[in-house]
Amino acid sequence: MRRAKVTKVIIGVGHGPRKKGISGCGANHYSGEKRGFVRVMAGGRSDSGARTPAGLKTPEGSRTMYHIISIRDFERRDLDYLLDRAREFDTGEYLPEMLDDKLVALLFFEPSTRTRMSFATAMARLGGRSISVDSVEASSIVKGETLADTIRVVSGYADAIVLRHPKEGAARLASEFASVPVINAGDGAGQHPSQTLLDLYTIRQSMPIDGIDVGLLGDLRYGRTAHSLALALSLYGVTLHTIAPGGLEMPANIALELRERGMEVIEHADVQGAIRELDVLYVTRIQRERFPDSASYYNVASSYRITPDLLAGVRDRLMLLHPLPRAGEIDPAVDRTPYARYFEQARNGVPVRMALLHEVMK
Amino acid sequence: MSTKDPSRGLLVSPIRNGTVIDHITAGEALNVLRILGITGSTPECLSIATNVESKRMGKKDIVKIENRELRTEEVDRIALLAPQAKINIIRDYRVVEKKGVEIPKVLKGVVRCPNPGCITNTNEPVESTFEVLPKGLHCLYCDWLIKDDIANHII
Repeated sequence: MRRAKVTKVIIGVGHGPRKKGISGCGANHYSGEKRGFVRVMAGGRSDSGARTPAGLKTPEGSRTMYHIISIRDFERRDLDYLLDRAREFDTGEYLPEMLDDKLVALLFFEPSTRTRMSFATAMARLGGRSISVDSVEASSIVKGETLADTIRVVSGYADAIVLRHPKEGAARLASEFASVPVINAGDGAGQHPSQTLLDLYTIRQSMPIDGIDVGLLGDLRYGRTAHSLALALSLYGVTLHTIAPGGLEMPANIALELRERGMEVIEHADVQGAIRELDVLYVTRIQRERFPDSASYYNVASSYRITPDLLAGVRDRLMLLHPLPRAGEIDPAVDRTPYARYFEQARNGVPVRMALLHEVMK
Repeated sequence: MSTKDPSRGLLVSPIRNGTVIDHITAGEALNVLRILGITGSTPECLSIATNVESKRMGKKDIVKIENRELRTEEVDRIALLAPQAKINIIRDYRVVEKKGVEIPKVLKGVVRCPNPGCITNTNEPVESTFEVLPKGLHCLYCDWLIKDDIANHII
């Protein structure tokens, strides 16, 4: 059974602790209760805090509101539901004016190319519009404004907020102060749920996720995409293979959590020893700033580089994924192999984010 | 302090009004005082016994504080350090209330998140919030897990 993390949220009055969410918002696509979104009642009073059965009647004059904060909030069926919805958007089963009366605020207090642009693209494809803040320097944060105040103000402008912030837990905080839905687009070394969803979506395009072998390669200590993906894959009976340089191994508490979730986690010393066992190899960037000097960085980075030679004898269906940007982890010559799926993965950010935006604002 | 019955070991004299915290995990008495904000410069009249023999615990610490009754949030903090502690409220030399401590399911504003990147360690208007799990304290904002050395993180 999942833990109810916090009990209630009061919207429009102040803030309170968060509630692990349940909803029945799946319309025709989703029968029964739905967990995974942080759910609150907006425009009325706070939710009761207990698990809510499907078909719950919201207080008069209120509406149900969802935040998408952490992959930990999701259960398997929530993920499957969103992936199904993303597929509909991917195959054109949607109306281009679905969100034509909606405005999303893209608050990016850290650099981003793909995430910000794909959210903007997703919104535009659904007929909606975006406003954005692209840096701390361009915001009132430099004047000392708190994120909480920023969120309260922007809640008055937009129908939803997409937030990237350097501090872990920022999106959770934002969801407590917002009167509109919040989607976490990355909070420090924390969570990045929309990236995880598009990773899952890309895998599912080629194979059922259940029971496959997935390798995580690179910086598994600080890489938020690797942590989020591993947590999500634990819901699919996946065997996880980890390959990381010394000092950048997956944190013990996350490995423990994965094993507690019933996941088999196998550590490998190098990629050569693991790659032939894999259906998916998820490569992450090894960040130069984690090393004391350039020499030690290049030494490690070169030993974790994916080259065409390395791919000899791998499974036919092997998929190479990378959240991008890459910094030499994958030889460009690999791009021409059938295993390279990372650009397709990046493209999938649009239908997945269309599904998320539509879900929280419809 | 006075010795009442040498054959039973050293006992601490009774207090007229205040609180006796008994069955504190041995060695944690000074940490209990720290989280209660009691220092050498505060006015409370204190008695402290450490490593006292205990049938139930082997060894235990005891703290007696005159003219002070503990607030709920103070008891929450003590529970983290000494989950077997017993709080005795004393009025006119008599125990008027005796209660165990219980670690709440959620600790709000009690423990500082050790993660320097956690949003609760900024100037944002939020208190740290941890859920209490068998394996440790889990930050509900950044997912950090405090597994040991909890005393050093208590606010």
